[in-house]
Amino acid sequence: MSLITTLARMEAVREGRAQPLTTVRHRHLSERPLAFVPLTTAGEAGAPLGALVGTDRDAPRLLIVAQPRDRDLRFAFLAELAEEIQPYLDSYADEVELEERKETDPETGKKVPVQVELCADAPQLLVPSAAGVAFVRLLGRSMRFRRTAEQDPETPFPAPARVPLLGRWLTHYGERSRVPGSCLLLSLTELLSRHWATGQSPLEDQHLGSLLAWIDPPEGVPGAEAALRAESERDEDGLLRCPPAGPATDPAFDNQLLAPAMSRYDAARAEASQGVAGAEARLRLAEAELRGLIASQLRPTWDALWHGVDLLRSLPEGARVAERWKRDRWSYTAHRDRVRAGEPPQPKRDDAVTAAQKLAARETAQAQLDAHEALDDPLVMAGRRLAGEAFAGEVTDVEMAWSEARVPRPRPLITVRTEDRPHLAERVKLHRVLADGRAQSGEFVGFARTDGAAGTGGADGAAGTDGTDGAAGTGGADGTDGTTGTGGADGAGGAGDADGPGRALVVRLTGGMGRGKQPEPGSVPEKGDRVCWTLFEHAPRGGPELPDPESTPWTHGGPPDAAAPAHGPEPDPMTEEDYL
Amino acid sequence: MDARALAALAANPGCRRRALLDGAGVDKGALARALGAPANFGQSQFAHQRGNSFEARVKADGGADLVRLLHERLRDGSEAPGPGAVATPDLSAPGPQGRTARTALALREATEAGRWALLDHPMVSLDVAGSPAFLEPDAVVVHPDGSWTVVEIKSFPMVDGSADPAKVGAAARQSAVYTLALERVAAMVGEPPEGAGATADTARGAPGRARVRHQVLLVCPKDFSNLPTAEMIDVRKQLAVTRRQLDRLTRIEEIAAALPEGTTFDLRLTDDGRTPTRPVEELTAAVDAVEAAYAPECLSTCELAAHCRARSRAAGLVEALGRGVRGELGGLTTVAAVLTAATDGPADASPTGDPAVDALRRAAALRAEALASRPGAVSCR
Repeated sequence: MSLITTLARMEAVREGRAQPLTTVRHRHLSERPLAFVPLTTAGEAGAPLGALVGTDRDAPRLLIVAQPRDRDLRFAFLAELAEEIQPYLDSYADEVELEERKETDPETGKKVPVQVELCADAPQLLVPSAAGVAFVRLLGRSMRFRRTAEQDPETPFPAPARVPLLGRWLTHYGERSRVPGSCLLLSLTELLSRHWATGQSPLEDQHLGSLLAWIDPPEGVPGAEAALRAESERDEDGLLRCPPAGPATDPAFDNQLLAPAMSRYDAARAEASQGVAGAEARLRLAEAELRGLIASQLRPTWDALWHGVDLLRSLPEGARVAERWKRDRWSYTAHRDRVRAGEPPQPKRDDAVTAAQKLAARETAQAQLDAHEALDDPLVMAGRRLAGEAFAGEVTDVEMAWSEARVPRPRPLITVRTEDRPHLAERVKLHRVLADGRAQSGEFVGFARTDGAAGTGGADGAAGTDGTDGAAGTGGADGTDGTTGTGGADGAGGAGDADGPGRALVVRLTGGMGRGKQPEPGSVPEKGDRVCWTLFEHAPRGGPELPDPESTPWTHGGPPDAAAPAHGPEPDPMTEEDYL
Repeated sequence: MDARALAALAANPGCRRRALLDGAGVDKGALARALGAPANFGQSQFAHQRGNSFEARVKADGGADLVRLLHERLRDGSEAPGPGAVATPDLSAPGPQGRTARTALALREATEAGRWALLDHPMVSLDVAGSPAFLEPDAVVVHPDGSWTVVEIKSFPMVDGSADPAKVGAAARQSAVYTLALERVAAMVGEPPEGAGATADTARGAPGRARVRHQVLLVCPKDFSNLPTAEMIDVRKQLAVTRRQLDRLTRIEEIAAALPEGTTFDLRLTDDGRTPTRPVEELTAAVDAVEAAYAPECLSTCELAAHCRARSRAAGLVEALGRGVRGELGGLTTVAAVLTAATDGPADASPTGDPAVDALRRAAALRAEALASRPGAVSCR
């Protein structure tokens, strides 16, 4: 937690309600997201107990597994789930736009532009908490290797159609959710705690009910009290008034209500199978009771999820969110293509190259996300400024200068007065956004003395070695007078302390001014303008390309096994009794 | 006190309240309920059933399956245990002391026998802050070379060879406590009969010489089935941490000596033993007499955490927001002090000489500036 976040949390303690951490929404929210609130059986991996699912907040579909140890009932649940989710996932597949992309021609090896499809929008899955995201992954893993009777007539326990397909999609969504800033699968706790600071610890923020209680407490109730109620208030039967957001259930609910209802269901089922009179009616009754019980645990979370969505929608979307959402659309489109091409399900373990690629992609995405959020949001930028990774201030002086190349380039020197304390060293690269959205690069020259005389010891070193365009730099400000300045980085602390709160920094613009000798209008700030420079790149790119899987070095396990079955790994073995 | 509680205690060694209550064997759950801040703990009977039936399944067959699993994971090229090669000594005895003594005896015999042996639910004791705690590992396997391995059986799944890291971490910490307790037993029973040199070098591999392996066997259900799979987990790090933390625990007598005369945590239960009759204020005062070190992590491990959190929040301590928060705040320990330092500075914002205060002022100024720039920003509430 950074200091500025800690401070926001303390303000929340004082105010009795959550305080904003952002001024805009940094995640894409679909017009029509699919909400999925699952519950699982305690202690049993991949044995769902029930779920509310749907795109209509007023009419969710309730699915339950009356006896989670019964494989047939579990399969029926998964089939219904696939019926609900798969059409939603497919409904975005056909509306496409064409994009141009460079691809390597297999014959010539040259990069050639090709037209490819990009889905105009993508389906978005919302779950209540981080544990819900993990459960989506787990469900995906448990389903994608199943075989339907159509795929394999020999399979002993054929899975319903669509179940393996949904498993692949859930796996894809689960995997995508690990990419920072991605929005195909989101948890509400993560979304809300990105945008608000509560007066409790991040650990306690994992509880959706208590998080919402801080952000939007009931009238007249302090957030801390509302959160405590949401977390632990129990009714006269000892049941939580605000059930946990799952997928784990409240043990008290399991022991007091669910277990007896399930044994009633089991008893009625046993009788019904023996043909005892009236047992069918009792079975239906027992099932209805279980439906009611499970719904009672799911519905509050369902409503809380949509409450959170409302709160998030009240924030305006950040300017660069759409750009990142486009990457999610690419991800969706790519998986659609893989499924259409009949590729096998995702492997249990990634090969070395894929794993390295994923890691590199996530690192790049994290850097991009950090940059985007800061540029979209002054409050996030404030955190970066506090951390010394950016500075903002007023332009106090602009001095035109040119490089000494054969075709001189504009290299104006801008003096910025700021109270920020960026971690600057001589010739550190700087970046800022121009009014038209393009990025402009610059470099730190040195500190100017606030009395107007430029102290540019830092620039001296820069003068002879300016290599940005192959020409020696002008030496810039040091020509203007002979004052000995503070030497670059060394002066960073001293100059500021001596001069009080504000310091003047000299920045040489090195780009973003067009191709001519004179900079394009508007590309050079004027005296009195407020500018914000960052030390981080605005569009960071990933590292070098990785080798093809076929040329994986032996140190990383060598090329993938050519003898591996083309239809993907074998399904998990099914034992006669796969429950305990 | 079980190994889980011990591991949690070792994770927060500065908490005198927990050390005293645990050392004195106070039922913290009942105490928390009497204080009006019950913990949200509890185990679902489904999870309980599953845990028990999985453990029974793993140990079925006289432990032969379990030892085979262990032998497979060792990959040391030794001969696989044949049928009937695993001894399962009887460990029943009255009382924890009796069981501990029986376990030590069984371990000595099994070690000297030089064959595989499975000790099902043995009992070992560990000295915690000056009083003994009795611990019951799921199983301990004695190898033919005389070394011992702690076996931990958990019912969370290992999917594609990996399990939830948080749960594995908890299991490792728990196993480390068992390993530590077993090391004490090994030191006692492992004395070579001839009194040969007791250096570690001579011990290695010599049959009949007791030593505890620092790799424990974690047994979990494989993928989504009920078949067991296992992995060896190196607990050397957890072992070192636990040993150090237990040594650091303030001795209970010292804590108790600092208490006011007559302090008691007696709930004064009614005759049916259900309803506490002691006034909450009195009980709160008694609990407050011992200092706690609350951090949000306590919520998942200590029954009393809800009470400590309420007290911590009431006192406005910054740790209530997270253990790491203190680090950046220097000498400021309360929320009010931090907020005052952040906002009530002199107008010229001159440095105060306290880097924490200066940084807070910068943070507050930057935050206010950014919030004011919001489109349609409302005035400060």
